[in-house]
Amino acid sequence: MTSNTDGVAVVELDGVGKNYGNICALSGVSLAVEASEVTCILGDNGAGKSTLIKVISGLHSYDEGRYLVDGEQVRFTSPRDALNRGIATVYQDLAVVPLMSVWRNFFLGSEVTKGTGPWRRLDVTAMRETADAELRKMGIDLPDIDQPIGTLSGGQRQCVAIARAIHFGARVLILDEPTAALGVKQAGVVLKYVAAARDAGLGVILITHNPHHAFMVGDHFVVLRQGQVELNAARRDLTLDALTLHMAGGAELEELRHELDRLEATSTSPASAGWKNG
Amino acid sequence: MSPVTQALDAPAAQGTDRHAQLTRRSAGRRFLTRPEVGSLVGAIAVFVMFFAVAEPFRAAASLSTVLYASSTIGIMTVGVALLMIGGEFDLSAGVGVTTSALAAGMFSFQFSTNVWVGVLVALVVSLAVGFVNGYVLVRTGLPSFLVTLATFLMLQGLNIAITKLITGGVASDSISDMDGFGQAQAIFASAVTIGGISVKITVFWWLLFVAIATWVLLRTRIGNWIFAVGGQSDSARAVGVPVNRTKIGLFMTVGFLAWFTGMHTLFAFNTVQSGQGATNELIYIAAAVVGGCLLTGGYGSAIGGAIGAFIFGMTTQGIVYANWDPDWLKFFIGATLLAATLLNMWVRTRAARR
Repeated sequence: MTSNTDGVAVVELDGVGKNYGNICALSGVSLAVEASEVTCILGDNGAGKSTLIKVISGLHSYDEGRYLVDGEQVRFTSPRDALNRGIATVYQDLAVVPLMSVWRNFFLGSEVTKGTGPWRRLDVTAMRETADAELRKMGIDLPDIDQPIGTLSGGQRQCVAIARAIHFGARVLILDEPTAALGVKQAGVVLKYVAAARDAGLGVILITHNPHHAFMVGDHFVVLRQGQVELNAARRDLTLDALTLHMAGGAELEELRHELDRLEATSTSPASAGWKNG
Repeated sequence: MSPVTQALDAPAAQGTDRHAQLTRRSAGRRFLTRPEVGSLVGAIAVFVMFFAVAEPFRAAASLSTVLYASSTIGIMTVGVALLMIGGEFDLSAGVGVTTSALAAGMFSFQFSTNVWVGVLVALVVSLAVGFVNGYVLVRTGLPSFLVTLATFLMLQGLNIAITKLITGGVASDSISDMDGFGQAQAIFASAVTIGGISVKITVFWWLLFVAIATWVLLRTRIGNWIFAVGGQSDSARAVGVPVNRTKIGLFMTVGFLAWFTGMHTLFAFNTVQSGQGATNELIYIAAAVVGGCLLTGGYGSAIGGAIGAFIFGMTTQGIVYANWDPDWLKFFIGATLLAATLLNMWVRTRAARR
């Protein structure tokens, strides 16, 4: 595979649409994911984020538009296809087997073996060392590569999954709500590795509904609403406030606020003030 | 990069002496986190107890008898332990042994074939039972308790019904004078004399199966998959582990070992009682759990299962040597199970605490 310094996006969607029966989950979605950039996809629940991810990661096919990888149109039939093109997805809960050691998790499904016939066996030394080296490259320091991965924090587990995807040749990394279930500090750790993955030259697609997290690492922001692109902007054209506003529903929210203001003005009951604070 | 990312670098900095930490995980701790440690302590305790109270237990020949009793439980426990690590269990394992023995015995007798033909037919039957268990499980998504309970009841019924239909009695006909019997007996039910003491061949088969299972679990891809499938099958599937094939394979492994144990029964006693075998599956499961296998899957070892089987073998024979009423056996097994499970839990939480 050649690098994409010539400006061709690694992954590009052009007017992609997806219908479930007669429900239109996505329509006319266009976006480009460049190498060494973090593209954040934001949106409320039901905005179409999951559908978009499923299309990009090869779980679902698309009904309209074009999906390009390295400028070449593709139609994936399984996540394996996407993986073969270097597009890896790290799901929030589907990442690891808690009772297995870190290195066994790292190589699960792609174990390294040596020997032949009945003597074909796991190359434990090589796997432990590789896992350790790869994690260190990402800046992940574990006291013990043999400890069960379940003893790591949620953030660290995500990071191992990210490092694993990178090691197995991912060029585009899709992270589905990596910070959703995490505390502030843990979320920070994950975002740090998102940045590390970007610095390693990967195109990162970060799905989140937290504009604060997105703005810390994002280079490009796509806000989805009701299956359509509400906003598609680079970081330099945007402020956190503007992003939050778009994310929260933009103009709609503005209208809602007006309405609520009016309600408050007409109502003199103390209960409404209490409700507002609560 | 923003100040935010710089601030985040702080926690990583503390890992500078990580290589010292890497090696610091002591051999002792590593040993204590092994699944079978609790059962080893239990085995020593049971051994010491019978050694103290039962004089005949101290003879070397008694150890041979104890090992034989352990091996008849232990060979099945290897399969049951692997299956349990893979997240499932098999209630049909006990009667499956009888099914296999009956199939071999009756087939050879009725068709007057060489006993080896019956042995092969039984192997096919046992593997098929295992396959059906596994296939129904992965296709329907029903819990293994339900699927194998159904198989257990069906096999139990078939064992007795078919035996009655064919032989008119409740046992298969003796095959001791048939072609190939001596040869098969040498493989499945002979004894080897070591230092003047006769040791049953099943003991060696048992050790071999435990060794193979340990090798597979710890040093092959399939072993990795077994742990993964039992620990978190969705994650395993997501990274490309063939979950269904692994599970079906595990059930077939149990089938294979049921065949082996069945062949031992057949060639040791020449005839098989059609009603036997039931409730043995619970002994196998108990032995695996005593040996540190997690009932919920994803954790355990073949060696642990072997130690569990050894505990039950010692108990079975020890009660006889100690001249106790054998009615106490089941109580003792139950108490051992509870004690070992609690001990395992305690050891694991202590060892995992860092």
